[in-house]
Amino acid sequence: MPVYKAPLETMRFVLNDVLNVSQLSQLPGYEQATPDLMESILAEGSKFCEEVLFPLNQSGDQEGCHFDNGQVTTPKGFKEAYASYTQGGWTSLSADPVYGGMGMPHLWNLVFMEMICSSNMSFGMYPGLSEGAYRAILHHGSEDLKKTYLPKMITGEWAGTMCLTEPHCGTDLGLIRTKAIPNGQGQYEITGTKIFISAGDHDLTDNIIHLVLAKLPDAPEGAKGISLFIVPKFLVDTHAANHVTCGSIEHKMGIKASATCVMNFDTSIGWLVGEPNKGLKAMFTMMNAARLGVGMQGLGLAEVAWQNGFSYARDRLQMRALDGTKYPDKPADPILVHPDVRKMLLTSKAFCEGARALSYWVGLHLDIAEKHPDSIKRQEADDLVALLTPIIKAYQTDMGFEIANLAIQIHGGHGYIREYGVEQYARDARIAMIYEGTNGIQALDLVGRKMSQNYGRLLRRFFHPVLEFMTQYQEDETLGKLVVPLSKAFTKLQQATIQIGLKSLKDPNEAGAASTDFLRLFALVAVGFMWIKMAKVAQDKLIAGDTDKTEFYQSKIKTARFFIERMLPEAESRYRMIMAGAEPLMSMTESEFIA
Amino acid sequence: MKIIVPVKRVVDYNVKIRIKADQSGVELTNVKMSLNPFDEIAVEEAVRMKEKGLAKEVVVVTIGPAVAQDVLRTSMAIGADRGILITTPLPTDLGGLEPLSVAKLLKSIVLKEQPNLVIMGKQSIDDDSNQTGQMLAALLNWPQATFASKIDVNDSKTTATITREIDGGLDVVACALPAIVTTDLRLNTPRYASLPNIMKAKQKPLETIDSGSLGVDTSPRLKMVGLTDPPKRAGGIKVASVDELIAKLKTDAKVI
Repeated sequence: MPVYKAPLETMRFVLNDVLNVSQLSQLPGYEQATPDLMESILAEGSKFCEEVLFPLNQSGDQEGCHFDNGQVTTPKGFKEAYASYTQGGWTSLSADPVYGGMGMPHLWNLVFMEMICSSNMSFGMYPGLSEGAYRAILHHGSEDLKKTYLPKMITGEWAGTMCLTEPHCGTDLGLIRTKAIPNGQGQYEITGTKIFISAGDHDLTDNIIHLVLAKLPDAPEGAKGISLFIVPKFLVDTHAANHVTCGSIEHKMGIKASATCVMNFDTSIGWLVGEPNKGLKAMFTMMNAARLGVGMQGLGLAEVAWQNGFSYARDRLQMRALDGTKYPDKPADPILVHPDVRKMLLTSKAFCEGARALSYWVGLHLDIAEKHPDSIKRQEADDLVALLTPIIKAYQTDMGFEIANLAIQIHGGHGYIREYGVEQYARDARIAMIYEGTNGIQALDLVGRKMSQNYGRLLRRFFHPVLEFMTQYQEDETLGKLVVPLSKAFTKLQQATIQIGLKSLKDPNEAGAASTDFLRLFALVAVGFMWIKMAKVAQDKLIAGDTDKTEFYQSKIKTARFFIERMLPEAESRYRMIMAGAEPLMSMTESEFIA
Repeated sequence: MKIIVPVKRVVDYNVKIRIKADQSGVELTNVKMSLNPFDEIAVEEAVRMKEKGLAKEVVVVTIGPAVAQDVLRTSMAIGADRGILITTPLPTDLGGLEPLSVAKLLKSIVLKEQPNLVIMGKQSIDDDSNQTGQMLAALLNWPQATFASKIDVNDSKTTATITREIDGGLDVVACALPAIVTTDLRLNTPRYASLPNIMKAKQKPLETIDSGSLGVDTSPRLKMVGLTDPPKRAGGIKVASVDELIAKLKTDAKVI
């Protein structure tokens, strides 16, 4: 049986000691968001995740969703768990109080999201998609639409979806064919087929509010001709069915308890959200938030996978330690004694804790971007979030799969069979690298859009604090040893940035060819930066004589060292691959591929 | 009707406890603490009575250091209306404040608050004494019904019928109110606190009283000699025959 305990101790360390989240309660509108309230919410939230959601994870995977006569049924226990989830008010945690939300920080929601993804990623899809839809309506809908839809979406009585993909287009949404014809009464008749719609249909809620991308009759070609519509499954005033039907559900590699639907709209009544032909912009509001959410899926699965890997490595007795027996009273030593097993476990630990710090740091800036009284601070925070969103999405989901894979490796044959539950994490993690924009698209977003935006202003939001920190601590007796390798990697990152900028002016393929390696290089520097910050806090605590937690802080310092010495060197190879340029990729002709 | 629920902050039931090297007690540094599970059941029961309209107010009381107020907040997030923290410098587990002292401190609160019912956990999972409820009833000269798996209060709120879990089965008793009822595990399943209630709990009144001001003698009457782990289980052996087994049971184990 797999295990999961929310890592509250390290979460608290990041939130309170590294990021000083008590600053949130200084922001207007967050007066109530004090650390002690956060503590109660994390404690209760973790209890819910561990006791209600986690036990349904393996059974949900084995049973999957059912599709009979156009009706989707979620696996046993999901309906009850969802009811308990909404009764607990969890759907409303950081929603707008104007429409009935609790108005708590987005950061808290992100932390909670990590726990949900660790305990049951499939379950998390349902409220996750609703939240995306909620956000698009909140930011782009008319007051009338907000009043009609948001309150019940916030309570969780209604769910939501994002209907973008069609059979012939996913990444390139300019090609969509779904039509929206004005019906002369201020609404539109929506007709078309959407595929891969997560939570498209299910038995958890009374109504499902679809957000659908479609084209108006006179729409311009391509991405500039897309509009966004609200299309409810049942009309709100008459409760009549709105000709929205589920055609089938997909049979997938993972997240089997999340219904992935083919959705058919047949002259379904829709309401325009935002301006005509500006739908893609509105959609991006929810996509950006959703991309951070997907990054949390990568982290969440890595966390639960490594917890299980560790527990197995401690229990599994096999062979003796290379340097001599460690447990003579046992028939063999636990495999934790072996250097290679330790490398897998430490890679997992260093990733999870480093990525957690990075994600929460971005989460904190989500709140600053929204609530800070100073518009300059808001802009700075918004820039940082925009810059780091594709990095969190792509790096954390690449690594989520990688760490789940390591957990299987640690388990050996027992990892490959179902009983121990770890192979599910790898299958579930795999989708996160694909949806909400593939990781390749994230890398293009970083090099093509975020890097050059406002003449590199976004980059400076990250480069400056890192540089400042490194300058301050490079002479430090203990931290200096960690800062020097980081500053070398940071220099490579800056050089790569300049090179890609220069080369891609001549040949756009240069940016594309460098993109995924550049994103990884960036991520390594960002996580390295977070690790040194954590090591600094841990060191300060030890110096201050916080002896109750000596082991905890020493663990942070040792893990920081592992990251810098055994993971950060990857930055060097990525840099060399970037510098090799596009030529080795592009010189191959199509026929040479099969030659 | 007013209900008082005494609650205790104890080592979380998921924690594998360790004994201090000097055998003076259980290691509590950096250990997760939470609301005693039996007390959580008591709070849940009182809140359900309030939701049914049987009770008007639910007051939770704890005794401990300042941090013990977190179990009062947890109880108020379940639905209790207000909390009273009686501060004490003494530890509240083995070798600290003893059940009799706890009962005396609680008695002073009961006399002040005049509740119609006290519902409390049958025991705390740290020292498992299972004495405080009984002692409190005796000190107050109130009826007591321990190990409850069902509590029915009559409409006029003058009597209660309690089903008790005993070794041989179930025992049903009736008593006049006010009374002390202690809870067993099967009385109810406590709810998950909802977010709005967690937030409301922060605003609910919490009164702090210094135990010294209550005029109760809390000096220990027991002395803890030492605390040790149970002996490690020795490995078993295989016997060749029934005769050998019987012989070993007689001579080695000396059980027959």
